[in-house]
Amino acid sequence: MTVAARERTGFVVYGLLLAVVVASIFPLYWSFVVSSKDNSALGETTPPLVPGGNLIENVERVFGTVDFWLAMQNSLIVAGTVTVSNVLLSSMAGFAFARLRFPGRDSLFLVVIGTAMVPAQLGVIPLYLVVGELGWYGRLEAVIVPGLVGAFSVFWMRQACEEAIPGELLDAGRVDGCSTVRLFWNVAMPAIRPQAAVLGMLTFMTAWNDFFWPLIVLDPNAHPTVQVALSRLASGYFTDYSLMLTAATIGVLPVVVLFIVLARKVVDGVMRGAPRG
Amino acid sequence: MTAPFYVLFGVFGLFPLLYTAWVALHHWHLVNGDTGFAGLGNFAVLLQDPHFYNALFNTVSIFVLSTVPQLFAALGLAALLDRPLRARTLWRASVLLPNVVSVVAVALVFSQLFAEDYGVVNWALGLVGLDPVEWRSDRFASHVAVSAMVMWRWTGYNALLYLAAMQSVPQERYDAAMLDGATRWRSFWSITVPAIRPTIAFTVVVSTIGGLQLFAEPQLLDETGVNGTGGADRQFQTLAMYLYEKGFGEFDAGYAAAIAWLLFLFSAVFALVNFSLVRRMRGGE
Repeated sequence: MTVAARERTGFVVYGLLLAVVVASIFPLYWSFVVSSKDNSALGETTPPLVPGGNLIENVERVFGTVDFWLAMQNSLIVAGTVTVSNVLLSSMAGFAFARLRFPGRDSLFLVVIGTAMVPAQLGVIPLYLVVGELGWYGRLEAVIVPGLVGAFSVFWMRQACEEAIPGELLDAGRVDGCSTVRLFWNVAMPAIRPQAAVLGMLTFMTAWNDFFWPLIVLDPNAHPTVQVALSRLASGYFTDYSLMLTAATIGVLPVVVLFIVLARKVVDGVMRGAPRG
Repeated sequence: MTAPFYVLFGVFGLFPLLYTAWVALHHWHLVNGDTGFAGLGNFAVLLQDPHFYNALFNTVSIFVLSTVPQLFAALGLAALLDRPLRARTLWRASVLLPNVVSVVAVALVFSQLFAEDYGVVNWALGLVGLDPVEWRSDRFASHVAVSAMVMWRWTGYNALLYLAAMQSVPQERYDAAMLDGATRWRSFWSITVPAIRPTIAFTVVVSTIGGLQLFAEPQLLDETGVNGTGGADRQFQTLAMYLYEKGFGEFDAGYAAAIAWLLFLFSAVFALVNFSLVRRMRGGE
């Protein structure tokens, strides 16, 4: 028996943890409370802390004020495409970096890691000019295509391929005359599926939450993602706070639900160093 | 096999970095394009620009206010999570929850929590007999408000990284220290912290890069509009916001590109300095 296990964990530890959890949940809870009140509630001397009965009405107002359906659809398209492509392309590249031999492999991999260290803002101006050349201003391609693959994702999948694919299996496949594509699809992919799933979940959340680049390149009035639409609600054209926080609550909901359903896997992935936005 | 990856990566990853340097050397209008070679002209103007130094100061100030307490809080939280707990995954998931909430939503909610007249924070301060704080107009207070958003979103995430590292510290070391009569506090600082130093260094570097890029939180704290000035006196304008204002508000792409490169250099230098500070940090007190 170890020393730590012999000792019972006391109330103090649980009390402190509970305080942290309350602090983690309170802003979301409070946002929900405001979403269920009419706008005057925020002007009272005691802030609202208990839900009211205006939720449905506020939700209707959100969808009436801005085209929030369109924004949700756009975010779903963007995050969905980026997720599928990231998982697929990063798995392919990760497999090649981990398990194939080709000239310059290791130095190419260093280049990939190097660019991951560069802040996103550094690339934003040329990216904007390139996207303009392609005629993509205001269109979803502008947000989707640059996000199709990421350096951290490749790093993560390379590690997955090194750890999870048994070398003998690949050798056996080669002896049997498998092509590299078949090896990847039938041997590697089944073995790295858990890591690919974690990558997919985190990529989806990051893409759904992305803000800086979509704000620059999309038109908030015509074809926004959820985050861009939200920022417009907050931009001073509207001072309707219950409307604003209702929209925030709706925008947060898909990712929070996804997180609650898959919490165990996400926690596990984060603790093993899966890439986070 | 890697071909699709390299095509995308070359076009959208590597190329922009070099192209930014090229744009920074020109007078470049975002829409009209290149209007003449400037040499280091953009950089010369930038180094004389008081708004640039203002943004630099704000960025560093918010970075220090958000990162230092955050990483200590994450260490403490990880130590709590490292104890034998009932419902382990539930606790871990709960502290990670803020991390999956979008920055925009966080900024909207916290802007209201920190509202000056009817905000929850000022109301709570009032309950304990303190005066309301001007969370936007006061420079330092606005930095605290922005830092609170950053801390809320990232403390749990960093705690889980530390927790993962703590769990691979061999138990015998603690047992030996216990036999020598070390307190829990003592063995935390002289065994746990030195053992997880590589993870601490990693989080410091990542927080540095992320902190210097800070954009959405201060941008959305400003209720007068999303033009990137960060309050009437630019009291919470960060470097990323100044880049946005110049490049995408005033269409001066050359100037914005120069800001981007200096931002990059600061990130690199800052990350290296912080990394070596952590590397040299010793066990014990």
